[in-house]
Amino acid sequence: MHAPTLTPTLDPTLEAPRTGTWDGGNEPLKASYGKLMMWFFLLSDAFSFSAFLTAYGLIRHAHPAYQGKADAFQFSQAYWPIPDKVFNAFPFMGDANVPLGFVALMTMILIFSSVTMVLAVEAGHRRDRAGVQKWLLWTILFGSCFVGSQAWEWTHFIHGAHHGKAVVEGTTFFGANLAQNQYGPVLFADLFFFITGFHGTHVTSGIILLIIIFINTVNGTYERRGHYEMVEKIGLYWHFVDLVWVFVFTFFYLV
Amino acid sequence: MAHSHDHHDLAPGEIAPPNTGHIWKTFWVLVGITAVEFVFVFFMAAGAMRNAIFIVLTIFKAFFIVGEFMHLKHEVKGLIWSILIPMALVVWLIVALVTEGSFLNNATGTLLNR
Repeated sequence: MHAPTLTPTLDPTLEAPRTGTWDGGNEPLKASYGKLMMWFFLLSDAFSFSAFLTAYGLIRHAHPAYQGKADAFQFSQAYWPIPDKVFNAFPFMGDANVPLGFVALMTMILIFSSVTMVLAVEAGHRRDRAGVQKWLLWTILFGSCFVGSQAWEWTHFIHGAHHGKAVVEGTTFFGANLAQNQYGPVLFADLFFFITGFHGTHVTSGIILLIIIFINTVNGTYERRGHYEMVEKIGLYWHFVDLVWVFVFTFFYLV
Repeated sequence: MAHSHDHHDLAPGEIAPPNTGHIWKTFWVLVGITAVEFVFVFFMAAGAMRNAIFIVLTIFKAFFIVGEFMHLKHEVKGLIWSILIPMALVVWLIVALVTEGSFLNNATGTLLNR
């Protein structure tokens, strides 16, 4: 028995590496193992989000739509609410009616974080360590802004506007939880919590991953490794989170 | 970014200049589409037509994010299709269940309204 050697010389008694098309000698997708696995993980994650949004579509269509004029809209459990009547508050502006204003800001923050992420990936291609650090920090900052905004939006949604809804017991209910909802059918609030919550969880874990690769970049891990592919892989995840938001934005806030 | 790979003219330790034009172009396309969506929210009455416009614009945005930011447009065809075909099947799920939802509404009326 001899100690395992680290030099790539082949033991002549071993078979030569197989190079045939069906023996692993072929790389049909021309992408590294790690990147492919990230892609297929994201595909499975896309199925989860598709399931959420499909459930939203089914439940929304199973409820009557509001029929009257948009100006005369009142919150009621008899029909599905108009989203820009529900999401019309803006931080520090009190009762001001800013339909979808805050969600527009959140969307811009997330798109911008996607840009800083792709700039970090680009810097990684050039092995520009300082550039990777700078753009990762910006991405972490914008991602945290997004999660913070979502926390504000949840708080506002849970505590409710200044006009509550009379409930059966004769009291007035403000805001929403999983069993009561001022804005419309209970399932509307449930879907809001589950869909934006699942997305927010993804953003949060994305920020944690970004912090980890930021620390690795500062420590020179990728410089020693000779490539910044990990930044690319986390970048794929981050863009996916942005992509999901694009769909949540359309199907929850616009249509 | 395939076009930033050539480091041949660089001395060891030297860093190539950034090549970010296409990134900012994609950014402005996304901002522009989002702005158009807001124009439709405020200046067009809600309805099937407006929803169709939103869905088309969303797919445009998804195309730019997946194609450019996630670089899928520049991968080999096999990888592109192995991502797109499973997602295309989801479209059927959505159509089927949204139809089912409308049926529930028509058939049961207030069943779901507690």
